[in-house]
Amino acid sequence: MTKEERIENIKKLSGTDVRKCMKCGKCSGRCPAFKDMDIKPHQFVTMLGKGKLDELLACKAIWNCLSCMACVERCPRGVAPAAVVEAVRDTVVRMQGNNGIKAEEIPPIVDELIPQQLLVSAYRKYNK
Amino acid sequence: MQRIGVFICWCGSNIAATVDVVKVAEVMKNEPGVVFSANYQYMCSENGQQLIKQAIKEHNLTGIVVGSCSPRMHEATFRKTAEAAGLNPYMVEIANIREHCSWIHKDMDEATEKAIILVRTAIAKVKLNAPLTAGESPVVKRALVIGGGIAGIQAALDIADAGFEVDIVEKNATIGGRMAQLDKTFPTLDCSACILTPKMVDCAQHEKIDILSYSEVEDVKGFVGNFNVKIRRKARYVDETKCTGCKVCMDKCPSKKGLNAFNMNLNTRPAIHIPFAQAIPNVAVIDPEQCIKLKTGKCGICQKFCGVGAIDYEQKDTFIERQYGAIVVATGFKPIALDAFNEYGYADNKDVITSLELERLMNAAGPTNGVLLRPSDGTHPKVITFIQCVGSRDSSGCGKPYCSKICCMYTAKHAMLLREKYPDTEVHVFYIDVRTPGKNYDEFYRRAVEQYGVDYIKGMVGKVYNENGKLMVQGSNLIDNEQITIESDLVVLATAIEPEPSVRKVATLLTASIDTNNFLTESHAKLRPVESPTAGVYLAGVCQGPKDIPETVSQASACAAKVIGLLVKDKLKTNPCVAIPDEMMCNGCSQCANVCAYGAITYVDKEFRLGGGKTEVRRVASVNPAVCQGCGACTVTCPSGAMDLKGFSSKQIMSEVEAICKK
Amino acid sequence: MQEVTTEKKEFTPNIVAFCCNWCSYAGADLAGSSRLTYPANVKIIRVPCSCRVNPMFILKAFQQGADGVILCGCHPGDCHYVTGNYYTRRRMSLLFSFLSYMGIEKERTRVEWVSAAEGARFSAVMNDFVKTVTELGENKRLTDLRIKEGK
Repeated sequence: MTKEERIENIKKLSGTDVRKCMKCGKCSGRCPAFKDMDIKPHQFVTMLGKGKLDELLACKAIWNCLSCMACVERCPRGVAPAAVVEAVRDTVVRMQGNNGIKAEEIPPIVDELIPQQLLVSAYRKYNK
Repeated sequence: MQRIGVFICWCGSNIAATVDVVKVAEVMKNEPGVVFSANYQYMCSENGQQLIKQAIKEHNLTGIVVGSCSPRMHEATFRKTAEAAGLNPYMVEIANIREHCSWIHKDMDEATEKAIILVRTAIAKVKLNAPLTAGESPVVKRALVIGGGIAGIQAALDIADAGFEVDIVEKNATIGGRMAQLDKTFPTLDCSACILTPKMVDCAQHEKIDILSYSEVEDVKGFVGNFNVKIRRKARYVDETKCTGCKVCMDKCPSKKGLNAFNMNLNTRPAIHIPFAQAIPNVAVIDPEQCIKLKTGKCGICQKFCGVGAIDYEQKDTFIERQYGAIVVATGFKPIALDAFNEYGYADNKDVITSLELERLMNAAGPTNGVLLRPSDGTHPKVITFIQCVGSRDSSGCGKPYCSKICCMYTAKHAMLLREKYPDTEVHVFYIDVRTPGKNYDEFYRRAVEQYGVDYIKGMVGKVYNENGKLMVQGSNLIDNEQITIESDLVVLATAIEPEPSVRKVATLLTASIDTNNFLTESHAKLRPVESPTAGVYLAGVCQGPKDIPETVSQASACAAKVIGLLVKDKLKTNPCVAIPDEMMCNGCSQCANVCAYGAITYVDKEFRLGGGKTEVRRVASVNPAVCQGCGACTVTCPSGAMDLKGFSSKQIMSEVEAICKK
Repeated sequence: MQEVTTEKKEFTPNIVAFCCNWCSYAGADLAGSSRLTYPANVKIIRVPCSCRVNPMFILKAFQQGADGVILCGCHPGDCHYVTGNYYTRRRMSLLFSFLSYMGIEKERTRVEWVSAAEGARFSAVMNDFVKTVTELGENKRLTDLRIKEGK
């Protein structure tokens, strides 16, 4: 996959229209994990719009996002920043071993959080 | 014996919070001449007015003082109240204890003390008031509209449809104004010419409308209902009654290098020309600065080719004088000069253009037939950068401190149209704020972003410079906290708008007030937004403040409603506060007539009895109360002190001074 | 004549302001509705135009114990009555030189142009004028002593 294809793929995975973002910052205003995130929720949307793929893939924030969906809940324009976060996370996971991630490859810093986080995320996603 | 009533208003808490209204009313009970004093929450309310009416009747009051808001607000209200109770309406005085007291002072004792003095002053004045009766003056059933843009056109059509004669005075050779220059209009994107030109044709065909194009208002005399206006009809060197608009002269004219102002000087036109295809009237005009015949006397080609003999090189400016009952000012706007904004490189780069220039470049009837081509080399621009707020919201002195209001919307429109027509172009917009209040406006702007993918960048441009033939736009992106440089092919400046400079002359002639930005001032910012403080003068369009087409049209129609309301009256009540000479003191020196700006003072020979059966004929001043505006210039000029002003007599003002100074 | 002795208390001048109905009075109203403060010892008399103000009114004010008189009108060129404020300007420049001949400091009188849109300017002008007159102190010239003593 080229860079452009990957960006398009993330947009497709997230299922949200990043152009709809008005840059009001309400998502970051509510985010409970804001302090721990190196890229803030509103920046995820803007950066994806601008195609800043490398920064997105390298960030720690995808592992700090609680998937609480507060940002999605609050957005006045129907943009889903958490979906972007998840799409980036999925992409990172798929890029490492194509279709999955080995337990030892998960950064040790977020080791304890991961199972629960993915569980919650999946639960929210599939129980809509 | 004077029987004065005093009424102190609380104005809710507006007055009562800082002025001890009960105390003021109590103190006034002991004032000589005062027989009744009361206070009430809202004097201007139905109940408050009832209180005044009752007191006038019960206590047989000869004059009343209302301590309330500014007389500019409710003097008329309380005069009507007094009249309804059988008291002459001019036996009412207002003590302004709100705007001039409670609202500006914080200390209760201080404000109360001042309120007492202000009410005492009003009592001192009202004791010397005399009953006055308003006179009547006839109304000329014809309206003048100054400016033939969309505001003037709409106002004229509405007034004419109500059955009144209307003249439109337009300084250019055609009506249509700025709207005729536009390509599409937001938020519906319908073509400007398609909605404007039918209205222009309606004007031309309306039996009640007379279009005086290429004309200017030269002088205005008179007053509401009776304006006498002198209009200069500039020499167009073409007989308007003969010219058929065939344009043969335009083809034959050898002097074709004149800048085409209608196309924002982006191309040229012949010396004899019709401004644009749908011009009304469709009559040619010769630019005397450019015409070879008029400059050197040799040429005359257009005259030779004109089939109807309409060309007349000998034509001179002519003047006509007409009477009007009401005047609508609709003088419009122009984009500001960008001399003070070197940072955008407008003067140095042909490809840095204003939005109005872009409007012409995108217009099918424009210099490029609607194909967007760069002014410098005629190529298609691929990257276009818009800069908003150029000269707007600038209090540094270079630009205008106000928001020009229309730029956010037309920039979104331009960006959208460009992306639609040329999907391969990249469009960036630098903005400080995007302001899109209005029906379907924000949706329109969001469509530019979401549907057309226009890149809106929060931040301003600091520098536009040319590097190897490319325009480099350097600005900030505040959301990403970075400085960015965009390599652009075309830069479009959303230039601030300002009132058309000719408005100053019009305002002076009409004695209409104008603010520091040359916008005409409305009578009341909220409740009388289309009236000028000068009676009989109404304001439509951008001459009053920045506004877009829908707002301009609403204001023009509002003006028309006001004008119709005035013109249906046969007679108007005149201000009875006019000058009055004491004939026994007047020595006929003519000083007062010299200072009168209205020509209201004439001299008559009158016979006076000297006693012992003898009489003497003397020349004395006589004031026409229908013409006198009541300024009082004559009263001070009169060397013998014979002239006085009703309602503001010397005795009244002297007693006010005394009341204020009394310790 | 008996020397009038005043106690050394804080001096607040008494100021008469003449304001034309169309510009300055409206400017004063705007100062009010914008809640822009100026001292309470300024009291405004409404006149149709600044040209209605007879120099006699100003002399009368000083005679009655005013410490300062200010006259406000429309900006030159913006007079509601076309030329009224030009007459004011000429008359007052004559009157003011006469006043200084009488020994009344010229700072006690002033002509200012304030438009209906200049509420902030009205307040600033009044604050400045009151400050100037306060510094000058009580006006003792031309004053009717009976009035100053409150008799």
